[in-house]
Amino acid sequence: MRIAASVFALLVALAAAPLAADARNDAKKQVEFGITVAQRGLWREAIYRWERATQIDPTYAAAHNNLAIAYEHEGDLSKARAAYEKALELEPGNALIKQNYELFKEINDRTTRQTR
Amino acid sequence: MIARRVRLVSSVAAVVLATACTNSFEIPIETPIRPKLDVGAFQRVLVAGFIAGGSEDVDGNLETTRLLRSQLRSKSELRVIDSDVLPLMDVATEGRNADSGGAQAAAPAPIKEQKDLEAYEHVFANVEYWKRIGEEYQQPLIVTGTVMFTPLQRNQIVQQEREVYDSFGRRRVVPVRTYMERKGFSLDGRFIFIDGRSGATLHSESFGEQILYNANQTTPALSSYFELMDRLIPSFLSTLSSQKIKGTRILLQ
Repeated sequence: MRIAASVFALLVALAAAPLAADARNDAKKQVEFGITVAQRGLWREAIYRWERATQIDPTYAAAHNNLAIAYEHEGDLSKARAAYEKALELEPGNALIKQNYELFKEINDRTTRQTR
Repeated sequence: MIARRVRLVSSVAAVVLATACTNSFEIPIETPIRPKLDVGAFQRVLVAGFIAGGSEDVDGNLETTRLLRSQLRSKSELRVIDSDVLPLMDVATEGRNADSGGAQAAAPAPIKEQKDLEAYEHVFANVEYWKRIGEEYQQPLIVTGTVMFTPLQRNQIVQQEREVYDSFGRRRVVPVRTYMERKGFSLDGRFIFIDGRSGATLHSESFGEQILYNANQTTPALSSYFELMDRLIPSFLSTLSSQKIKGTRILLQ
């Protein structure tokens, strides 16, 4: 019985792996397109693409990082913070995300500083 | 602040390494910072004056009023009203005497410490007074508040660099921690923004900055005052007008 359950679990995992890979591939296409349009200054379109990417693959840290940058550029600092924090939760050791987040925090702190 | 800089520098080094192995793209961004206060209803601003105290070398009321007016003239879309600086300490004292029956007309006591300000702060809540000032100047946004510029003296451990020579005559610079006396100033207070139409307070913002120098260094009080105000001005301006902060970020694939 235990062996049968293990075999079943293995089969499920094997079946799910290509699905996850597909999701990442689809999300990656959205992320790449988002980068292209952001580089041309089309930030709203970039936000749409990166939001799609995070819906398709919620574990894609790069998509959350890019989304955070776009929110920051649009002045939506609370959404930017949430997206950076999600990206760091997914990839806590990513130095590039950490650097972006530190720079964001400097600006965010400046806006909230001394308001008591 | 220094710790944050050190962290940033070390993370930049890590980033250089990481960039080499990741698909990443540097992109310039401009973060718009919305003003903390919606001043759309006002065309004019009156920096009325401040309840000021502390060092006698700097007139905190006059200098703060002058500095804020000149900053607003160049960095805000509001028209700055030129008028005499209001003697708010006298106004507060008169108000208090009137409340207590108006028997004695006591002169305002000098403000030496933060707690001395409490005796005057009621003037900011005097809606009728500010409404009258507002009517006089065609209902502008009114900026007022408190300013305490006080001398500071502290003994603290300071890290300095010292040259040393080894037995071969080679020069080295080593950090040395010494306990020394330092002197400087602190600037504390509050900016208060009042609606000239109703006399009501719209927003208030406290601040506090310090600067310390080696005890043997002579720095005029006025230049320290401007150095400290320089740090506060961006936050003050961001209350009234939007700003864009330029920077770069790394997009990831």
